Amino acid sequence: MSKILIHGAKVLGGEPQDVLIDGETIAEVGRGLSAEGAEVVEADGKVLLPGLVDLHTHLREPGREDSETVLTGTRAAASGGYTAVFAMANTFPVADTAGVVEQVWRLGREHGYCDVRPIGAVTVGLEGRKLAELGAMHESAAGVTVFSDDGKCVDDAVIMRRALEYVKAFGGVVAQHAQEPRLTEGAQMNEGVVSAELGLGGWPAVAEESIIARDVLLAEHVGSRVHICHLSTAGSVEIVRWAKSRGIDVTAEVTPHHLLLTEEMVRSYNPVYKVNPPLRTDRDVLALREALADGTIDIVATDHAPHPHEDKDCEWAAAAMGMVGLETALSVVQETMVDTGLLDWAGVADRMSVKPASIGRATGHGRPVSAGEPANLTLVDTAYRGQVDPAGFASRSRNTPYEGRELPGRVTHTWLRGKATLVDGKLT
Amino acid sequence: MQRHLISAADLTRDDAVLILDTAEEMARVADRPIKKLPTLRGRTIVNLFFEDSTRTRISFEAAEKRLSADVINFSAKGSSVSKGESLKDTAQTLEAMGVDAVVIRHGASGAPYRLANSGWIDAAVINAGDGTHQHPTQALLDAFTMRRRLVGRDAGLGQDLAGRRITIVGDVLHSRVARSNVDLLHTLGAEVTLVAPPTLVPVGVETWPCEVSYDLDSTLPKSDAVMMLRVQRERMNAAFFPTEREYSRRYGLDGDRMARLPEHAIVMHPGPMVRGMEITAEVADSDRCTVVEQVANGVSIRMAVLYLLLGGNEPAVSHPRTEEK
Repeated sequence: MSKILIHGAKVLGGEPQDVLIDGETIAEVGRGLSAEGAEVVEADGKVLLPGLVDLHTHLREPGREDSETVLTGTRAAASGGYTAVFAMANTFPVADTAGVVEQVWRLGREHGYCDVRPIGAVTVGLEGRKLAELGAMHESAAGVTVFSDDGKCVDDAVIMRRALEYVKAFGGVVAQHAQEPRLTEGAQMNEGVVSAELGLGGWPAVAEESIIARDVLLAEHVGSRVHICHLSTAGSVEIVRWAKSRGIDVTAEVTPHHLLLTEEMVRSYNPVYKVNPPLRTDRDVLALREALADGTIDIVATDHAPHPHEDKDCEWAAAAMGMVGLETALSVVQETMVDTGLLDWAGVADRMSVKPASIGRATGHGRPVSAGEPANLTLVDTAYRGQVDPAGFASRSRNTPYEGRELPGRVTHTWLRGKATLVDGKLT
Repeated sequence: MQRHLISAADLTRDDAVLILDTAEEMARVADRPIKKLPTLRGRTIVNLFFEDSTRTRISFEAAEKRLSADVINFSAKGSSVSKGESLKDTAQTLEAMGVDAVVIRHGASGAPYRLANSGWIDAAVINAGDGTHQHPTQALLDAFTMRRRLVGRDAGLGQDLAGRRITIVGDVLHSRVARSNVDLLHTLGAEVTLVAPPTLVPVGVETWPCEVSYDLDSTLPKSDAVMMLRVQRERMNAAFFPTEREYSRRYGLDGDRMARLPEHAIVMHPGPMVRGMEITAEVADSDRCTVVEQVANGVSIRMAVLYLLLGGNEPAVSHPRTEEK
């Protein structure tokens, strides 16, 4: 395999250095490295990060190939700087057997744009009643370590307890979609001032917070680890902070959209802003940013949720929940965390690559940018500013809330084990 | 006036007073032997009803016909909508037939707003009730009724409802009528108090321009008008209140409670009433109750709204008007 010399890249935002890739690994990092026999990529002050890892992606295949496939989703991932994504289990059929997770995993390998790590369902059919064969999914070729009924909450306390206990046998983790179902019947948006005015069913913060509080206590009781998906409220931050201070093994993620957008957007009744959990208030957004900066929230995960146009081009109540996010995540994080001074690029690498890889046990990802490590890398033009144009997305779906919004940063190159998946902003 | 009527909150005081004044002119037409004006001759209005609401539909239809518009009634039941056709396709189909205005009733909050703002159609959109959001013509007809009764038919012209104390009682949480009335009455200078059990008041009500009370008895003596909202019996199954009996006892309007109102005060109800629940027959059938008047006024108000949105510069009634916006 050929050599690639990335010339003058700010590794994790530091002083410009050269990075030499040889085959699948990083051969050398330093100044003035020889370009002999290597293809040279002029980084010219761009920031070099370890390839991003998304712990929360909906690839929709099998079953909803009209909105996304493993191919289009992993192309979107590469385009956004990702080298590994965890594919959620709410497909049709549900990823609750070794057969389905292996299929998704194999499709990812065949396409080669990004490693696909399937997430297994916690319960059969995401129905919350009977544990799926978690061990079989772990032992399959897909090697599942993360289990989630995402889209639905594992609301039965006994099932949640058993799942937390059971996955200890093989170091798994349960990722909880925290949503008390009775408190959110008919919920359409955050419950508060705006829902009262718009006459849309409320999704109260307490419906998320009460489940998180229960689950951190369960995790403590049975000595397991638990991961909280798309944490969205200031109150949830307080609970996770308290749990961590008690030594409970809990990790949490926040989505880019919850770092940037608020419920005020819903006043347009434009379903592009309809998402679950819903957009919250300014106060929540600020608390989430602060929590991501201080490490209370461990990672950014996209909750990339593609939907076909017709599912959003309708009245609010009839619309599907969710937004695509893989191709805009890093820009939103730069806008909300880096350009605000809350996080430096080393911090971004930690929250978007190192920690998610560690929570999901994605070996070979989230590694330091140093000699001998796998060459999973992302090069970012942080000086760029431009309007988001969904027409240019690699994703099959266009349901972005950022259309026309100016955002900073653009991923220009992505390497997966030394192989370029994105060059000068173009997929290979 | 704006091109559409989506929310009572979109109306300025002057807009609202203009509509009420115009409705008074329209009401005079109803007293004539021939209750018809040529104003909207040649214009087509579709009543697009995704929710059953015979009274609202008939009220709009009567208003449209009195203005000589061509009327198309479209009920979603039994139509292609029940076979999965989208709101967008339905609206575009109707517009392709040359519709000038769409009067829409929809179960989803915001559906009329989407119709007016998504670039799907060019026609004027009039909200005839959307989910638990707004029902602006209801608020207008209520304000019209209040102004007539509390200020006077002729004395009221050009006037708002400054300083009038209006109490709205019942299921505020699920009520588009309450939301529209709070917005419009505030714009018209009235002081609004909402009375309901705490379960039926929305979280977030604190920013609304009104007071909230859980105690009906203490509010009644300070009310110029009390508006009873319909309370659906099913609500008690979702634990909003324990029983029908307890609801009536605490929040229903009976003869004893009505006696605590000031002498001039009126009792209103948007209909349909649930007799024995929020209102007793004694109150519903009393002279102070304006339910039937509200229905008649509804036609005048809807004529006024349609005229002002669609009629352009043509004078509505025989004498000339100036300064139409």
